Amino acid sequence: MAKKLDESQVRHVAKLARLDLTDDEVARFSGQLSAILGYVEKLNELDTDSVEPLAHCLPIHNIFREDVVTESLDTESALKNAPQRIDSFFKVPKILEDDSGE
Amino acid sequence: MADELLNLTCKQLRDKIAAGAVKSTAVVEAVLAQIADIDDTIGAYISTFNKHALETAEAVDEKIAAGESMGALAGVPVAIKDNMCTDLGATTCASRILENFQAPYNAHVVEKLLAADAVIIGKTNLDEFAMGSSTENSGLKRTVNPWDMERVPGGSSGGSAAAVAARMCFAALGSDTGGSIRQPAGFCGVVGLKPTYGRVSRFGLVAYGSSLDQIGPVTRDVADAALMMNVIAGRDKRDSTSVSEEMAPVCDYLEKLDEDVKGLKIAVASGFNAGADEHIRNALASALDIYKNLGAQIVEVKMPHLDYAIAAYYLIATAEASSNLARYDGVHYGHRTESPADYIEVYSKSRAEGFGAEVKRRIMLGTYALSSGYYDAYYLKALKVRNLIRKDFTNVFEKADCIIMPTSPTTAFKLGEKIEDPLQMYLTDIYTLAANLAGVPAISIPCGFDADNLPIGLQILSPAFTEEKLLRIARMFESKTNYHTHRPKPAEHTK
Repeated sequence: MAKKLDESQVRHVAKLARLDLTDDEVARFSGQLSAILGYVEKLNELDTDSVEPLAHCLPIHNIFREDVVTESLDTESALKNAPQRIDSFFKVPKILEDDSGE
Repeated sequence: MADELLNLTCKQLRDKIAAGAVKSTAVVEAVLAQIADIDDTIGAYISTFNKHALETAEAVDEKIAAGESMGALAGVPVAIKDNMCTDLGATTCASRILENFQAPYNAHVVEKLLAADAVIIGKTNLDEFAMGSSTENSGLKRTVNPWDMERVPGGSSGGSAAAVAARMCFAALGSDTGGSIRQPAGFCGVVGLKPTYGRVSRFGLVAYGSSLDQIGPVTRDVADAALMMNVIAGRDKRDSTSVSEEMAPVCDYLEKLDEDVKGLKIAVASGFNAGADEHIRNALASALDIYKNLGAQIVEVKMPHLDYAIAAYYLIATAEASSNLARYDGVHYGHRTESPADYIEVYSKSRAEGFGAEVKRRIMLGTYALSSGYYDAYYLKALKVRNLIRKDFTNVFEKADCIIMPTSPTTAFKLGEKIEDPLQMYLTDIYTLAANLAGVPAISIPCGFDADNLPIGLQILSPAFTEEKLLRIARMFESKTNYHTHRPKPAEHTK
């Protein structure tokens, strides 16, 4: 039987999820996720055409507060777990291409 | 003496400490000695705060000697599941990606415990990011069941349940997204309460499934669960889903705890319960007999959609997880890969190196369920079924005060037994997931032992925001039985 999630689909989902999987993981997840997706098929036994989706059990609504300055994390606290930093900034590899034309 | 001390409940201990009959420092020393004796074998704690705990205890003893009035947990050693932020030590979520993460603030519940003069002993082990049913998915260490060292403590709050059962603290906090407080409590022979969604602030709880996560107590008896709820329940403006006093007032959960619920009606879905092992069904039947003798009426009900809870849960929870765990990208905190070729690799390699197999699997499943072309078939379908499951509860609660069912289909299983087959592991959650999907409170209390002397959990569920009544119903059973007073003897195994 064809797998519900073949290895190329696993690689696609891994890319969406920003997970650099090994070949071994791709093979394993293809089997395991296919088995799980096979199991969840049972939801299709239920007719839900007239059922509203329920994302949350409480009546959720926006909550506003007065627009006043409140206490927040100071810079040192916010940076103390930074993998790399320069002064009061988080340091990351270059994201934008150099557009100086050189 | 030390052993006698360690067997006290929080409430008994607190009263002795407040009366000056017992010193908090003596209790903390006894707990730390117990940890030193057996935790190499049990593995309940990821970290302990020995110096801080002794200093806090000394301060409590001094205040009591000076006649100051003290909080509800004065001098009582408690443990925190390591997915709740503490500004002391690391908050790891049992993940390599957060192994060295130092939270810059305390979770709301931690603030509440400290304000009640509790002594925080340490942080307990869990399945990585609370994803699992055995604590075997911890990226940092292994925890075993204090009743049988070859078996799992349950999960994901396995460290909290093992620590409470093995007298390495007097109470602990756990978090419950699909049974992670109740199932380990059941496996370890202690009490575990998942409050109504919105009853306890999640501020500072590392998110897994945000519409399902709830913090609650793991304790040795129902009175201690009520005591812990008195400390942690209530509105917190930093969690917008924690409900207001107007919507659902917090009450004193201890005040009427020993008053039986008159005219109690208990719903039982026999068809759904038939999947549990025989010794569990027998324990459930005996429990119902006890309630009948107390005057309760048993109402047979059908909850036809509960059979779909596992399928709905593992789509919804993983979808939410895939979104919540996108924040671990190696940029602001947590593990970053050594030499990324570009910024994409900062994300994809840091995550690949930092997350364990089950976390990756759930992120993958959730990402797939939310992805273009599959959203309607999987995620949206699961949300609709969630509504049907909630309606099953609404219907039953029109006819009964509570529902009783097993906590788990089996007692604690062997280490390694299910870890290679994720679907088999998921199926063990059959009885606990629905409470999270429906947002209702549920408690697991000890109700017997199987032929191998492993504890059995009884689960009671009630309508949203009726914890006061739920605890009283649980207490009715507890007051007629002594299962909760049995304790494991891990020291005999570790010698």
